[in-house]
Amino acid sequence: FLSPSAIASSWGSGKDPYEIDDYGNVTLLHITDTHAQLLPVWWREPGTNIGTRKQKEWGVTPHLVGNHKLEYYGIKAGTPEGYALSCMDFDTLAHKYGKIGGYAHIATLVKRYREQVGKKAILLDGGDAWQGSATSLWTKAEDMVGAQNLLKEDYFVGHWEFTYGADRVEYLLKHKLKAKFLSQNVFTIPWDEPVFDPYDIREISGRKVAIIGQSFPFTPIANPAYFVPKWAFGIHPGHMQKMVDECREKHHADIVVVLSHNGADVDKKMASQVKGIDIILGGHTHEIMGPRPVKINNTLIINTSTNGKFLARFDLDVGKGKLKGWRFHYLPIISNMIPEDKEMVDYITKVRAPYAKKLAEPLAVTESLLYRRDNFNGTFDQILCDALREEMDCEAAFSPGFRWGYCKLPGETITMEDVMGQTAITYPQVTVTEYTGAELKNVMEQVADNLFNPNPYYIQGGDMIRVGNIQYTMDPGETIDKRITDLRIGGKMVQANKRYKVAGWGAMQRVEGTPVWDIFAKWLRSKKTVSANSRDLPVLTKNMKGNPGIAFPKEYDL
Amino acid sequence: ANVAGWPAAAFDAKALDAAMKDSIDTTSVKVSPKVHLTAPTIAENGAAVPVTVDVDHPMTADDYIESVYLYVDHNPTPLASAFHFSANNGQAYFQARIKMAKTDMVRAVAKTNKGVLMASKPQEVKVTIGGCGG
Amino acid sequence: MAAMGNPMVRMASHAKKGQIVEVRSLIMNPMTTGLSKNKAGKLIPAHFIQTVTVTFNNKPLCNVDWSTAISANPYLAFKMRAEESGTLEMTWKDNTNGVWSSKASITVA
Ligand SMILES: [Mn+2]
Ligand SMILES: [Mn+2]
Repeated sequence: FLSPSAIASSWGSGKDPYEIDDYGNVTLLHITDTHAQLLPVWWREPGTNIGTRKQKEWGVTPHLVGNHKLEYYGIKAGTPEGYALSCMDFDTLAHKYGKIGGYAHIATLVKRYREQVGKKAILLDGGDAWQGSATSLWTKAEDMVGAQNLLKEDYFVGHWEFTYGADRVEYLLKHKLKAKFLSQNVFTIPWDEPVFDPYDIREISGRKVAIIGQSFPFTPIANPAYFVPKWAFGIHPGHMQKMVDECREKHHADIVVVLSHNGADVDKKMASQVKGIDIILGGHTHEIMGPRPVKINNTLIINTSTNGKFLARFDLDVGKGKLKGWRFHYLPIISNMIPEDKEMVDYITKVRAPYAKKLAEPLAVTESLLYRRDNFNGTFDQILCDALREEMDCEAAFSPGFRWGYCKLPGETITMEDVMGQTAITYPQVTVTEYTGAELKNVMEQVADNLFNPNPYYIQGGDMIRVGNIQYTMDPGETIDKRITDLRIGGKMVQANKRYKVAGWGAMQRVEGTPVWDIFAKWLRSKKTVSANSRDLPVLTKNMKGNPGIAFPKEYDL
Repeated sequence: ANVAGWPAAAFDAKALDAAMKDSIDTTSVKVSPKVHLTAPTIAENGAAVPVTVDVDHPMTADDYIESVYLYVDHNPTPLASAFHFSANNGQAYFQARIKMAKTDMVRAVAKTNKGVLMASKPQEVKVTIGGCGG
Repeated sequence: MAAMGNPMVRMASHAKKGQIVEVRSLIMNPMTTGLSKNKAGKLIPAHFIQTVTVTFNNKPLCNVDWSTAISANPYLAFKMRAEESGTLEMTWKDNTNGVWSSKASITVA
């Protein structure tokens, strides 16, 4: 690996890339969707993130990938920024620059900026911090709460947090987490009353800063509703407007900031409907809206990636009743360039110690790059689907289109920890379902509509369901029930009335079954080496040709 | 036995047209931006979809919203509810929870005491399998 | 069978004259449609609230007619202009002669 100073010079000017001139009277530091990755990981940006609106609206952030993204924002390929913001040459650049994220590295940067700017800084966490690793699952998120407390986070919202169940969430928020949890869009059933404080007003540098929380609106739809049977979610733009007005009129807030887990497209639509939000600090869809924030009406919107890859810093000049000026920085946490924070290292070592041996168990070596993030099968999903199919003796497999799950480079050993990094959820049971051909198609159509519906308020923020041994043609620009044609299993046309045995995991109802990590690990042990050179990708219809949300069109026969 | 005064014909009608005819005596009502229908784009629970109707209209003794009808296009019986206000309500507003078996359109029609009809923009509520996530 | 009845009305106890207050209510009722079957394959008869009437100081305020499309254990919220102190009373009637009432009082200053 290069030394930090060598990397710094390749960054551009030769000076410390994390050195930022102070500006303004309020500093917002934002992380989101770390998915419980306490240690640095490999993280490749998606090669496919299709925007499906009319062709003239193609290529709108965040639906820009690969070289399209580099060109649009004028980023040089091969630089640390190019490495962080695009999927191009990932293998090569990963070896050159190293892993991203890690709480010890994030902590160093957060402490440094707090020392630099003093009390005007606040740290906001956009949720999905409690899920994604073995240790978070096994400690029921307590390891993450400890790390959040060490970072001295100020505010928090949620999504996967809720999959520990309402009781556990309430316990951790009340008794363990020091950050304040905010949500304007979670209400009790049946009485329709707020579950959490919707907002907080913080006085900073003599100005009033309102922080409104927005948890993931589709929590009981995208994840099992039985975890939160007495809570209702939703986007609630009308209630958001009421909260913004209340902050401004009743509390005389000088600026209004929304800490959101809506996802990028939903945030953009919300900003077009709700007046008076200055900044949306977004998460959930694991996109990077930038390097420059997107502006809708008078609202600046960012989305700060995932897995600890970025720390976002907004320096604000807040005047009386208005935002007078701002400077924004996406700071890639390239772990080789940032020393570890001793206190956080000690903490992480301590919480991992009881599990270290189990986590380190080597299972197989991968010969190819393994990643998950993409609109359709990632390579890691592909081998997981292969494993499910073979272990469960099924002709096909489904795997959820999750956007978390880090990468492994060619030649690396897949450990038990890595398997958990792809599968650590609270509803991991593997099931075998007999679908008719019509039901199978319906499942795929329903999920495709969650991804490609032109109305952002129908976009749940995951990717297309992953498939094993299923082939199809897809037109993302079509409407529900019409996107998928030429559906085949093992090359043979699927018949509407015929039954097919499909292995899957992550069911929305309570089911019995072996945890997916046991089945995946068993399969990996038996293989010793794996590769994912061919994937069950759909053929995309020709009208997608030239879509800047596709980095490698040949993968889809375009 | 039906409760006295309960409009059985409108509630038993099995198609939207018949349900509208039996409740408001017409099948076509102009959409008005004054009738706000709020429903989730995607149902969290198809057995209890929260729906709010709010009409921007005076509520005075001689000019008020007398009734608001709520329909789900393809429910077995499309008319779900008929709310009858008086001027003393102060605002033509209600919230209720309805059943929807599948993705469908929900619509509200408001009627003033002078018999003027105004419809909300129909709103699609999707009833779907979930299971994805960022 | 699940609990029946137990009607509840919630409303602010104090308001300024002319203020519009929200009234919220809940009652336990199966709201069955008559279209679904039990485990033995027999149709479950329709059982549902058909009307809700609301009075304030015994004068009619509003009423609502419901179909079986209203969810089990129906929740209903609406508004009232607070002009005088008094008592709001809600009465629910179902198609099996079930009748339930509940009251809430408000002081208007
Ligand atoms: Mn999320
Ligand atoms: Mn996430």
